[in-house]
Amino acid sequence: MSTQYKNHPAGAKAFNKNPERVSWHDKALWFVREKRDKATHGIPEWEELREIAAQIKAHTLSHLDKYLLQFEEQAQANGIHVHWAKDAQEHNDIVLSILQKHNVKNVVKSKSMLTEECSLNPHLNQHDIDVVDTDLGERIVQLAKEHPSHIVLPAIHKKKEEVGELFHEHLNTEKGATDPTYLTRAAREHLRDKFLQADAAITGVNFAVAESGGFVVCTNEGNVDMGANLAPVHIACMGIEKIIPKVEHLGVFLRLLARSATGQAITTYSSHFHKPKGGKEMHIVLVDNGRTEQLSRDDFRKSLNCIRCGACMNTCPIYRRSGGHSYTYTIPGPIGSILSPGKDLKKHSSLPFASTLCGSCSDVCPVKIDIHTQLYKWRQIIMEETNYDPAKKLSMKMAGKAMGNPKLFKMISKVGNTFLKGPRVLIYNPLNTWGIKRELPVPTQTFDDWYKKNNS
Amino acid sequence: MEIGLFIPCYINQFYPEVAKATLKLLQKYGNVTYPLSQTCCGQPMANSGCEKDGVDALKVFYDNFKDFDYVVGPSASCVLHVREHGAHLYPTMAPMIDKVFDLTEFIYDVIKEKELQAEFPHKVAIHKSCHGLRGMRLGQCSERVTCDVSKQDVLVEQVTGVTLIQPKRADECCGFGGTFSVSEPDISVRMGTDRLKDYIESGAEYITSGDMSCLMHLDGIIQREKLPIKVIHLAEILASEINSTTTDKEKAYVNAV
Ligand code: SF4
Repeated sequence: MSTQYKNHPAGAKAFNKNPERVSWHDKALWFVREKRDKATHGIPEWEELREIAAQIKAHTLSHLDKYLLQFEEQAQANGIHVHWAKDAQEHNDIVLSILQKHNVKNVVKSKSMLTEECSLNPHLNQHDIDVVDTDLGERIVQLAKEHPSHIVLPAIHKKKEEVGELFHEHLNTEKGATDPTYLTRAAREHLRDKFLQADAAITGVNFAVAESGGFVVCTNEGNVDMGANLAPVHIACMGIEKIIPKVEHLGVFLRLLARSATGQAITTYSSHFHKPKGGKEMHIVLVDNGRTEQLSRDDFRKSLNCIRCGACMNTCPIYRRSGGHSYTYTIPGPIGSILSPGKDLKKHSSLPFASTLCGSCSDVCPVKIDIHTQLYKWRQIIMEETNYDPAKKLSMKMAGKAMGNPKLFKMISKVGNTFLKGPRVLIYNPLNTWGIKRELPVPTQTFDDWYKKNNS
Repeated sequence: MEIGLFIPCYINQFYPEVAKATLKLLQKYGNVTYPLSQTCCGQPMANSGCEKDGVDALKVFYDNFKDFDYVVGPSASCVLHVREHGAHLYPTMAPMIDKVFDLTEFIYDVIKEKELQAEFPHKVAIHKSCHGLRGMRLGQCSERVTCDVSKQDVLVEQVTGVTLIQPKRADECCGFGGTFSVSEPDISVRMGTDRLKDYIESGAEYITSGDMSCLMHLDGIIQREKLPIKVIHLAEILASEINSTTTDKEKAYVNAV
């Protein structure tokens, strides 16, 4: 399994032990960000499209109950079995019971961050059900016994040499092979067998349409279609925020999704599912797992707009230089840092601080989530309600007091100034994290003193 | 026009030249006063998650500046904090929020300066500080499909002799981020190092910015690594003297405009 770091700075430190990897990771993701820029600049009405998407989401979230029930009714009328799960455990139990009913031993799964969030794979494995992730990137991390480090590019942290090693070990490819085409072909052959053997397919959902009871899954590899069309049972798992009211709204979201994710005009496959084929079964599991709680938080509700495009990760200068595994939550990067504190404030308390609040995430987000503002707001809650960084808490309290008292403040500043003029060994001590790789500014005559002399 | 000069605490302490340049610039446009009992805007507390500890600082800010027509400071970051959080943290100051300006905004939007008399014969790259760029929309953000004027570029272009240099990444964060710079030192320094490499490779002699905090962080790395580039605050470029070393031809041009 990939290492679980206790907080973001620890994960970031580990990732930065290898500066070349940082360069390469940063460049790979910046390349995607640039492709995204190019694609969006081809749409003059891009900002308007974002606004419309944000409005549709705001409307839907404020009528979520109504649209979910409408969806259930329509889906059932189409012959789809609809299940409701209040949390991860219930979700896993529901999926397991469907599989057990059909005596399923082999499952093919295609990209679903929700099943990652619920830790479905280990649950099924415990009950002797084999699950194969069929998205190439996800298969790579599965073989490596790791977690996805990115929601759209799950194996972006792996170099092709490492993939070659892994495939040599598991798929019998030639030792030392690194050619992407060769490796992809090998994976495809390996996965083809798995598709043919599967008794059931599990997929995620990108959009579920209330008025039609249908749903759409977007991929570039067609693995969703292979899985769902071959296996006798198809189980689609979705978070309840994936609902949109009308079919026509797909015209907004599909245009935004692929451009934001990879810079493509549209994903290679946008597969629409409406009803099971004759003799087959189709299930949908609607999962809450903390979402209604998030909905109840005025300041953070908008985080449920997320369409999981990954653009905020690609643009985040911290994510690019710390890697997805440096985050303590399944969904890394800026969006994960505003979703996770609502799940476990203590465990994820370092994540809202893993940002300079540069705001690039908010500007890149196709559904206009005010990500950096929410990071700021989580910081306030964390410092108030947890014992995160007590030293910082104390120093901020003291600094705040001083800043409220001009005389005291000027006095302390003088002392600080004198200290900085002192011996280097004292200033550049191990506690001074600024000074490990940076010089401090050199104090001179203050502007105060100059002004008093020259202007009064 | 009565202008209150707001000088962020660390500029007062470490970068008096920036404060002097700001004062000099503003004196062209009005009567400038520097209230000596100002302290800080309280941003460090707020961004660290302790915004309530910064309320007293805002009170002091209000007491010092409430009577001016305009309050201007050479720091987009501090001004943005006052603007975004001042009213809800210290409601008394709500009516004055609209009078608080960052230097670039003040010269560009309020004064509408078109003919700055200044000279700086160097290759300069503008580091678009995130709070100025994305917080105040001082320029075109690379993420957005809009056509915003880059106000700092327009002002710098009025300065005689400047060659504006465009780095490869137009507006990536430098990694300072207040307490981020000390709580995540690995990433912070790495981000700064990457920005510097970009600016150096683009051929800039100077990096300028409307935020001295970004420059302090970058300069910390420049000094430690002895890198061949310098930092200078935007105010210092805009307030630079028409130089005697300027060639006659350039002088004639300056006199003509
Ligand atoms: S928060 Fe916005 S940018 Fe980030 S993954 Fe979600 S939709 Fe994409």
